[in-house]
Amino acid sequence: MVAKFRAPGMLRAFLYTAYGVALSYAIIWVFRTWYDLEPLWKGEALLELSLFLAPLGFLIGLGAFSYWFRWASGKPTIPEDHSGHGAHSWRDYFKVNTDHKVIGIQYVVTSFFFFFVGGLFAMLMRAELAQPGRQFVESQTFNGLFSVHASLLIFLFIIPVFAGLANYVLPLMIGAPDMAFPRLNALSFWMLPLAGIMMLMSFGAPGGSFASGWTAYAPLSVTAPEGQVFFTIGVQFAGASSIATALNFLVTIITMRAPGMSFFRMPLLVWANFSTSLLVVIATPFVAVSQFMVLFDRALGFNFFDPSGRGDVLMYQHIFWFYSHPAVYIMMLPGFGIVSEILAVKSRKPIFGYRMMAFSLLAIVVLGFTVWAHHMFVSGMQDWIRVPMMITTAIIAVPTGIKIFSWLATLWRGVLHLDTPMLFALGFLTMFTLGGISGVMLAIIPVTIHVSDTYFIVAHIHYVLFGGSLFTIFAGVYFWFPKMTGRMYDERLGKIHFWSTFVFFNLTFAPMHVIGVQGMPRRVADYAEQFATWNLLITIASFFLGLSALVFAYNMVASWRGGPHAESNPWRSLTLEWQVTSPPPIFNFDAIPTVVGGPYEYGVPGAVHGVLKGGADVPTPAGATAGSAAGATAHGGGTATTKDEDL
Amino acid sequence: MSEETRRHERTPVIWMVIHGLIASAAGIFSGLVIDWFPAQASTQAEPIDHLWDVMIWVSVPIFVTVMIIVIFSMVNFRVRPGEEQLDGPPIHGNTRLEVVWTAIPAIILVALCTYAYVVLTDIEEAQANEMRIDVVGQQFAWTYAYPQAGGGKPVKSNILYLPKDRPVRFNVKALDVIHDFWVPAFRMKIDAVPGITTRYRVTPNRLGTFPVVCAELCGLGHAVMRSTAQVLTPADFDAWVAKQKAAGGGAAAGGTTAPAGGAEADTTGEKKATAIDAKQLFTDGNGTATACGACHTLADAATSAATGPDLDKTLADSDAAFIKEAILKPDAKISEGFQGGIMPKNYGDTLSDEEVDALVMYLDKVAGK
Repeated sequence: MVAKFRAPGMLRAFLYTAYGVALSYAIIWVFRTWYDLEPLWKGEALLELSLFLAPLGFLIGLGAFSYWFRWASGKPTIPEDHSGHGAHSWRDYFKVNTDHKVIGIQYVVTSFFFFFVGGLFAMLMRAELAQPGRQFVESQTFNGLFSVHASLLIFLFIIPVFAGLANYVLPLMIGAPDMAFPRLNALSFWMLPLAGIMMLMSFGAPGGSFASGWTAYAPLSVTAPEGQVFFTIGVQFAGASSIATALNFLVTIITMRAPGMSFFRMPLLVWANFSTSLLVVIATPFVAVSQFMVLFDRALGFNFFDPSGRGDVLMYQHIFWFYSHPAVYIMMLPGFGIVSEILAVKSRKPIFGYRMMAFSLLAIVVLGFTVWAHHMFVSGMQDWIRVPMMITTAIIAVPTGIKIFSWLATLWRGVLHLDTPMLFALGFLTMFTLGGISGVMLAIIPVTIHVSDTYFIVAHIHYVLFGGSLFTIFAGVYFWFPKMTGRMYDERLGKIHFWSTFVFFNLTFAPMHVIGVQGMPRRVADYAEQFATWNLLITIASFFLGLSALVFAYNMVASWRGGPHAESNPWRSLTLEWQVTSPPPIFNFDAIPTVVGGPYEYGVPGAVHGVLKGGADVPTPAGATAGSAAGATAHGGGTATTKDEDL
Repeated sequence: MSEETRRHERTPVIWMVIHGLIASAAGIFSGLVIDWFPAQASTQAEPIDHLWDVMIWVSVPIFVTVMIIVIFSMVNFRVRPGEEQLDGPPIHGNTRLEVVWTAIPAIILVALCTYAYVVLTDIEEAQANEMRIDVVGQQFAWTYAYPQAGGGKPVKSNILYLPKDRPVRFNVKALDVIHDFWVPAFRMKIDAVPGITTRYRVTPNRLGTFPVVCAELCGLGHAVMRSTAQVLTPADFDAWVAKQKAAGGGAAAGGTTAPAGGAEADTTGEKKATAIDAKQLFTDGNGTATACGACHTLADAATSAATGPDLDKTLADSDAAFIKEAILKPDAKISEGFQGGIMPKNYGDTLSDEEVDALVMYLDKVAGK
């Protein structure tokens, strides 16, 4: 038993969590005795320190730092014998595992857990909003619900689920055996559930959960009850996780591409994650800083945002949005990548204008840093900055438009396989266009002056993040489900899921445009009588939207447990991840593959993207045409495919 | 590749154009017919609403184009039996097309921004003969102060009264956290930010009563931080100001002048208290303070709101001192099941001492009886 508590794992993690809390008590005792502060055991101080030290204790106990600690202290490190790779039972997913495929699944499952929790909170909010007046939650709980809803779905779902999907498929796509820094990868993952649990725990805090929105504007967040620090500190862990993963992706993409895979032979998903990682590495420190400043104001009386202490209230918003606007692209670009993969494979055509697709991603990265103040058109900041920000915001629609039109051109004259991933990709294409159009409307200052902070904004962000990001996430999960689980999902249930989601998504969020322009502010537990009818309709539609997510959950669980076994390459895709078994072997490839052509050469006779060495071990995907040429050394065809006809 | 075998490849582009034109027309028509906005009550509203209509004209065709191409592709290019192993034509791109769909959106966007810039300068332009109103936001109420010519005490109100057709400049401040001062019928809003003064201008041009909304999350009572703006004829407005100056000088100043009055003020206070209809004050407010009945249930006054505690229950056994404290310092004692900080703390400013006393007497008499 004692040995179990000494070995890295869950038991030791919980023990070390308790050590973390105990250490917080000790530090507080030392400092507050030293400075002779009253009361000695100040609850806030204990809580704030514990929220840092307890999770760190958990991570150390779990073994996320073991290797580095041994190395740093000069002890012999335990050589990596790769025995920890792969997962043989569900228990393996609760350990520190350095296999990118295990980590990918850990990410996706964890983030979908928070997806369902966040969705449940949305259902509770809609129930409260079914009628004007107070139904069954009071305003603290309501404000807490929408704050935690947004924080979970942004920091614990959309951002990490993309990181999870990419974690699984990206090394396979570029022909790498793993990510560049597998231990860092494991640490990145394990910070996530901690951040999420912290945010959920805030409901138990005195005074209730954090309730100042996911934006946590100062000074509201500075003066809010203690629940606020669960957000302030939770974001640090989620952010650190994001930054570490982004670094990992950048190094992996730059250094670990298979021979022959030039930048312009990379699948667009790789391009998308390259761009996203640039955004994350540059922008995420800003949100960390904004929350540290709030914490310092609260805990140490720093007056960053307190005007009576010569602080500047608007500074918070500038720092916050300097991250949080690029964050919108962090939540969107990986989806662009997923959709590019799916549209090419499912239309059986090369991506139209591949290079422009890649350049437009980079253009969005650059422009994404020049538009943050469009969130502040009515904030009272200096007037002159609004017009330049309006122009850059509008201009960012140009590279986005290039992508949309190129996807449409990819569909044109293709052979469209309208199965579930393709339906979600097309759903994304149409709904994201709507979100983009309302985005351009929001760039236009006179319109924004009227509609900012209304339900129009709620509608816009859900068209972008639900109709945009979530649709691509669903598309990606269905698309790579066979690769990740080795099973096929149920196509009929998938289609039911798509159509019910598509219909009720629109019924839920489209009317919000109208009530917003009519004058209903957002983030309210109660509203004027005139909006009652629309709100009731929205609530009913949202309940059906919630039910549609259960179809998805059932399909995933049932298919993973008992779906038919998947072939290596059920979609006849050319990219490398489909040229290995489903699920892939523990080290992905028996030998590093060689890339000889572009990734989307559908319709080019004899086209080959990558050549797998290793002869007999290479599985032959049944029913595949071009893809099955793997290992057959079709070098002639390979060179032919590099020829761009019109580009 | 057996391209030529796919007969549906003769794409019905002309049909797409026709469908697209019909759908765009229908979309633009419904976009213009939908009653998006609340009533136009300021000169700023019209150019903004017009800009909105222009955006509808531009947006609908773009969305329709995307939808039509997706739907036609789904119908015409979907895989048919026997085509399962077929690939599409290897088209990699078309430079001319890509230049077109980069340039056209860019031109549209630049045009829109130019137009928006013109509208923005227009609605924010300074006007002659501007009236200044100081707006103060606090959790969870707005107070409006009307500076008087000659440096007299400003008239204060919890309800925004404005004269029609007179340009107004709001100087907006916040006492605690960020609020946002928004009158949807005027289309303009600005955050009330602690530490700085923000501002905007409107010229009300329609008589009537319009909602005032706090649009920036400001805490627990954010949802109930609503009041009204009343646009009056200039004559009515002047009459209101005169009345406030005559009767409400003390109301605005609140406790600060009370000690100076001494015993004399007390006796006149008594007299006035009997003259004030406390029940009407409870249900309708006094024209500057938000009515109690907007948030509280009281059987005698036939109000049934549930934002704050039910006074028939909470005040049934209370004495006058408790009731007075509850009005002037609402957070001193909080009823079970409710949270502090939601009831405005400025009733001492917006009710006169006499009105407070009348309310206390009235509530002491009727609550819970």
